[in-house]
Amino acid sequence: MATDGVDKGRRRFLTATTSVVGGAGIVVAAVPFIKSWEPSARAKTAGAPVEADISKLEEGQMVIFEWRGQPVWIIRRTQAQLDALPSQDARLRDPKSTNTEQQPAFAQNEYRSMKPEILVLVGLCTHLGCAPQLHPELKPEPFDADWKGGFFCPCHKSRFDMAGRVYQGVPAPTNLVVPPYSFVDDNHIMIGVNAEGAA
Amino acid sequence: MMANFLTRAGTGLQDWFNERAPSFGPFYRKHMSEYYAPKNFNIWYIFGVLSMVVLINQIVTGIFLTMHFKPSAAEAFNSVEYIMRDVEWGWLIRYMHSTGASAFFIVVYIHMFRGVMYGSYKRPRELVWVLGMLIYLVLMAEAFLGYVLPWGQMSFWGAKVIISLFGAIPYVGGALTEWIMGDYLPSDATLNRFFALHVIALPLVLLLLVVLHIFALHEVGSNNPDGVEIKKGPKGNRWSQAAPADGIPFHPYFTVKDTFYTGFFLLICAFILFFEPTVGGWFLEHDNFIEANRLVTPEHIKPVWYYTPFYAMLRVIPDKLFGVLTMFGAIIILFFLPWLDRGKVKSWRYRGTGFRVALFVLGICFVWLGKIGAGPGTDPVETIVGRFLTALYFGFFAFVWAYTYFGWEKTKPVPERVTTHD
Repeated sequence: MATDGVDKGRRRFLTATTSVVGGAGIVVAAVPFIKSWEPSARAKTAGAPVEADISKLEEGQMVIFEWRGQPVWIIRRTQAQLDALPSQDARLRDPKSTNTEQQPAFAQNEYRSMKPEILVLVGLCTHLGCAPQLHPELKPEPFDADWKGGFFCPCHKSRFDMAGRVYQGVPAPTNLVVPPYSFVDDNHIMIGVNAEGAA
Repeated sequence: MMANFLTRAGTGLQDWFNERAPSFGPFYRKHMSEYYAPKNFNIWYIFGVLSMVVLINQIVTGIFLTMHFKPSAAEAFNSVEYIMRDVEWGWLIRYMHSTGASAFFIVVYIHMFRGVMYGSYKRPRELVWVLGMLIYLVLMAEAFLGYVLPWGQMSFWGAKVIISLFGAIPYVGGALTEWIMGDYLPSDATLNRFFALHVIALPLVLLLLVVLHIFALHEVGSNNPDGVEIKKGPKGNRWSQAAPADGIPFHPYFTVKDTFYTGFFLLICAFILFFEPTVGGWFLEHDNFIEANRLVTPEHIKPVWYYTPFYAMLRVIPDKLFGVLTMFGAIIILFFLPWLDRGKVKSWRYRGTGFRVALFVLGICFVWLGKIGAGPGTDPVETIVGRFLTALYFGFFAFVWAYTYFGWEKTKPVPERVTTHD
């Protein structure tokens, strides 16, 4: 093949433009395949809000509802449990709930709830998603001699107090998540909807 | 008369192929009959071949399992029970697959340890090592995906924990985990895509990498227990004047040896799959015989034994992101071993005492961390021990670098030829 008379500049230009256009084509063509992995319309529908009836929830009891496949705990705390909350502040990682990703703005208070006695939490450990267990009694436990009620995760020993606030020195990095919720009336909670709208 | 006819037919067929595909003959000779491997291979050198044997077992049994398995959250668990109870010989095929998974890691871990013992990762075999590490990485992903498929409790919760590791990545973590799962938790969509990856995507990648691993090895030639380069030694053996004097043809010499040991290996595997297929919860965890329930967490979530050393590192570190980085770092650092170890002497037979002790300690760390990772993790003393062992694990790499970089290593003289050359 004759190589004299080859316009090198023209060849470089054609090589570069073909590569760029071809590369862009590959990137664009990859989009549908990548997007196909996102939650489908059906999965999103299944993640719709859930109404919880708490009319039969006695003081000190917990009920579990399911929202987006996650266990959502609703607990009616006793006055003793509420009174003990401030005493734990010094032992907690984030006593004032400063990490705003862990709760909606309305729950960034000392009880981490809309109404003081009603605690609503996503029942998944913030470490690796296990289900912590409720240990409501204010008495020494094998895992904590100074226990004032709260949650203990059996997977990796993370501990949380009765407001879902994480203790220091455990694997869980943050407080338990408070989901968006709103009161329909005194006995009904809509999980998944803030006063401002759906999550 | 008949023999004559067969000979002519055979020669004719050979000519027919040679005319159309002239590279087939040389290809066979390069990789089998004229691949000269060092004659001093010992028992440590069977594990590469054994991993090939297991790979073939996994592919064959896997194909047959897909004929009965249903990749949906509603049906998966029951379809596995159906395979175990109702499909003719289904139990055998499934136990061959599940035993094969653990056997795969046993032979691969020994194969890797062999590589470090004899310095098989060193120049000119760095690429062989890196390709091997990629195989190991893909193998871990493949095994994880496969473990999710029966949709038992440990499948579900194991998947949840492992996927949530990606949630530790700042900013994109949450979106990334939803993207991986195709839902807000491991679900039908997750199981379905994991099935596709487990039976099609990753096996193809794995096979490609295995081919590249072997090609890369056959370019530079095998290392040996003395760490001597036979290609640099004297030339001329019984088969060729140009071949290394200390090399013998892979076929038939090593194929026969490997077949013999494969028999032994299969005997052990057969014992496991006929008499103790769960190996007391180590190969198949007890919790995985309970169907996945997303509202009930098993008391102890632990991965299968081959991940537990790394899982232990994750668990003993109190910070989530740092724990995840440490765990992945423990695997990634292995890729760099050829460049961290500056020592010229390959085999531990001739290396300094420091290296031998360090390698021994690394082995202990790995096994002990594996034990900690498989335990309930409630003992605070064990957490301290785990942190110490994690530091020692990384310490091995730091030590080997310093030991060889600053010239502290006192090596013994390496022989000119392999020690059993006559």
